[in-house]
Amino acid sequence: MKSASATLAGILFGAGLAISQMTNPNKVLSFLDLFGGWDPSLALVMGAALAVSALGYRVARNREASFLGEPFDLPVPSGIDRRLIAGAALFGIGWGLAGFCPGPAIAAIATGHLPVVIFVCAMVVGMLLFQYAETMRAHRS
Amino acid sequence: MTEFEPISALIGGGLIGVAASLLLLANGRIAGVSGILGRTLAFESGQHAWRVLFLLGLPVGAGFVGWVQGGLVTDISASTPVLIVAGLFVGFGTRLGNGCTSGHGVCGMARGSRRSLAATCTFMITAALVVFVVRHVLGGSL
Repeated sequence: MKSASATLAGILFGAGLAISQMTNPNKVLSFLDLFGGWDPSLALVMGAALAVSALGYRVARNREASFLGEPFDLPVPSGIDRRLIAGAALFGIGWGLAGFCPGPAIAAIATGHLPVVIFVCAMVVGMLLFQYAETMRAHRS
Repeated sequence: MTEFEPISALIGGGLIGVAASLLLLANGRIAGVSGILGRTLAFESGQHAWRVLFLLGLPVGAGFVGWVQGGLVTDISASTPVLIVAGLFVGFGTRLGNGCTSGHGVCGMARGSRRSLAATCTFMITAALVVFVVRHVLGGSL
């Protein structure tokens, strides 16, 4: 059941990204470009996703465990630190350069286009580099 | 430039919200794509299957929509070297900042997390600045 619900969630997530055309980098960049025929679509995508997710969260908040009996694995509230802001800024640079963020890029693999695969591979390498840097940091301290 | 399409944006966005709610209410997990991919790459023990299945579902769902619509548009203007640099930044940055558009922008903000709000503002502003420089200062695509 756990596998089935995760698979279904992935499929619905990917379908939502495709319907809203977030899998098209040019569409995303047209949202980020405030000075060239701005396309506000992404704001509506995020707004709708947020509204529905907030409802889901309200239901979850009143429960001890998930409907499948799994514990809720939610981030522990913590402060805004340098890592958060630096990471978000680095991500923003990459997002602005390509018009791809992780979800849409992985979903767009469905097109089989080589540039999509190149971006996803580079993204995986970036994540592995982060892991390596973290391991090195842990060793030093 | 692309057209503003409010109906497909709302339907697609709503579906993303349904997917995030399903993963939370059934599996107790946050639908943050960068975190799910990052932890898959780190081979975190015991929780591998659902992550891989969720990630595989993304192109399956998008591919199905593309099949129904008769094609998916992925209009990429960045050159290969820029795509590689962008991918490295997105991969490293989302792990350092603990989330991306889905984890911070949708799930985190839906929970009212101040960290997610700060992260979302930061990557939105940075990305908009980069697009401004690329399109209006350097005059086109890289």
